[in-house]
Amino acid sequence: MLFKIITQSSLVKTEAAGPMSYLNQLRLPKHLGTKFIHIFVVPFIAFLIFLGIWSGSASTIETSLGQVPGPAQVWEQATTLYKEHTAEREKETKFYQRQDKRNAQKLNENPQAEIKIRPYTGKSTFIDQMLTSLYTVMTGFIIASLIAIPIGIVSGLSGTVHRAINPLIQIFKPVSPLAWLPIVTMIVSAVYVSDDPMFSKSFLNSAITVTLCCMWPTIINTAIGVSSIDSDLINVSRVLRLNWATNIYKIVLPSSVPMIFAGLRLSLGIGWMVLIAAEMLAQNPGLGKFVWDEFQNGSSNSLARIMVAVFAIGLIGFMLDRIMLMLQRKVSWDKNANIR
Amino acid sequence: MLHSYLQLTQVSIEFPTDNGPFKALDNVNLNINEKEFVSLIGHSGCGKSTVLNIVAGMHQATSGGVLLEDKEVNEPGPDRAVVFQNHSLLPWLTAYQNVELAVKQVFKHSKSKSEIHDWIMHNLELVHMTHAKDKLPAEISGGMKQRVGIARALSMEPKVLLMDEPFGALDALTRAHLQDSIMEIHASLGNTVIMITHDVDEAVLLSDRIVMMTNGPSATIGSILDIKLARPRNRLELADNPQFNHYRAEVLKFLHEKHVKIAA
Repeated sequence: MLFKIITQSSLVKTEAAGPMSYLNQLRLPKHLGTKFIHIFVVPFIAFLIFLGIWSGSASTIETSLGQVPGPAQVWEQATTLYKEHTAEREKETKFYQRQDKRNAQKLNENPQAEIKIRPYTGKSTFIDQMLTSLYTVMTGFIIASLIAIPIGIVSGLSGTVHRAINPLIQIFKPVSPLAWLPIVTMIVSAVYVSDDPMFSKSFLNSAITVTLCCMWPTIINTAIGVSSIDSDLINVSRVLRLNWATNIYKIVLPSSVPMIFAGLRLSLGIGWMVLIAAEMLAQNPGLGKFVWDEFQNGSSNSLARIMVAVFAIGLIGFMLDRIMLMLQRKVSWDKNANIR
Repeated sequence: MLHSYLQLTQVSIEFPTDNGPFKALDNVNLNINEKEFVSLIGHSGCGKSTVLNIVAGMHQATSGGVLLEDKEVNEPGPDRAVVFQNHSLLPWLTAYQNVELAVKQVFKHSKSKSEIHDWIMHNLELVHMTHAKDKLPAEISGGMKQRVGIARALSMEPKVLLMDEPFGALDALTRAHLQDSIMEIHASLGNTVIMITHDVDEAVLLSDRIVMMTNGPSATIGSILDIKLARPRNRLELADNPQFNHYRAEVLKFLHEKHVKIAA
């Protein structure tokens, strides 16, 4: 967009050099003006109205934790949470500096001395919790994709397989993460027994719950994409006598990639929504646990801090969706398709 | 006894439907010689495409069968390459890559890398498409897509080239250009071709023989017309040629007098 404006103005400059050309350069073309209004001004006004209604109605409700916080209090808590984060990081670096110094001193006195490196065990900050949540959701989502895409392809290729597994998919699809979690917890505790666990159980429980809840849209969309391949393209594959693997790799996958990505996008959205609930119950140190802890904590700031989490969850979800949309556009061969 | 290159012997086909089997073709007998250009013409729904699909191996005849060089045809294969009506290029591959897919599949053991490249370029050259070799199908016109589709089919060096209404979706001028290209290619390579068409002028202009089919169900060959016009043929000269107009009239009479399709 910016590039266009620049090239347009430079054209003006070369074609008509005179006192008017400067004015022309300063003035945006008319259609860009309306576009600017559509893209920025309209949503901005809507946001202001939303803030107004929020702060107006919030001040009238009194809870046991004090007044429902308005935008100002929430913003204040957002900055506080960020300050707590930087303070905690400072403490961490200082801790490691002290430890290194101590160890260096020890080695200096006695080169054979046994030195211990202890990890810093401060409390995790809001930012840490966001990263944990992202890491957990991506783990669950990737496992789900690795399971769902092959199942979707097989079910799209074979009517029998589709008829066989479709009822199961339809039954499991609407199940809430809260119903899966107890089962997952029990199974993980029974199966994942290790003295030196690579992953914590709470992380596994949350990630697996995400997997169980978010694989369905990918299976369904992949199956639809594969089964709706243009029959002429299948005939091309038959005339060329492509073998099974080449057929999948050269014809089936590329042709259903737009639908697969549509499914993946839905899956990631569901996964992120599910994760917060799963983390609350599984006590995985992410945003869900943050919300739960603040709720249990019950200080006068708790509600505002939970609202910060609400916005963070929303923004991250939005961002994840945009990233998937970008990928979807990039891999889609049908550049005329209106993907949004 | 001398066998023909391609033989269809007593070919009949039935498709199962909810109301019992539907007999689409009944007792189709046709012998095609090497390097011959044969058109199938008939009203829509008469089973022309079914004949082509049986030769291609996409459908199996219920009774009777197809022999190509005395070998029975029972599955699709690159020796009977098909040019589809709506080009059927893979939309995510460029023109070059679409031809490459076919060439690599057919010649991966018999041609080296550079030979494969040369062969792809040669076939794109035949249809005058080298200038757009790196374009995606969505970026080129319908006629150009069909040219690439023809190049892909030719690149398999098929024993029989099957064309299913190859120019049906194109405008009249583009169609004329492509017909000229096909005549040029047929003259230089001498392919054996079966083409389905709706277009009487196209059939007379391109073919050595026109196979006229009766209406279905139980469609069969109504009559075969030999086109004894000297090649190379020129559409402008032929427009006033009495012989050409005679053939044209024969086909029209068959289609519109003897086998009028009852309007549904």
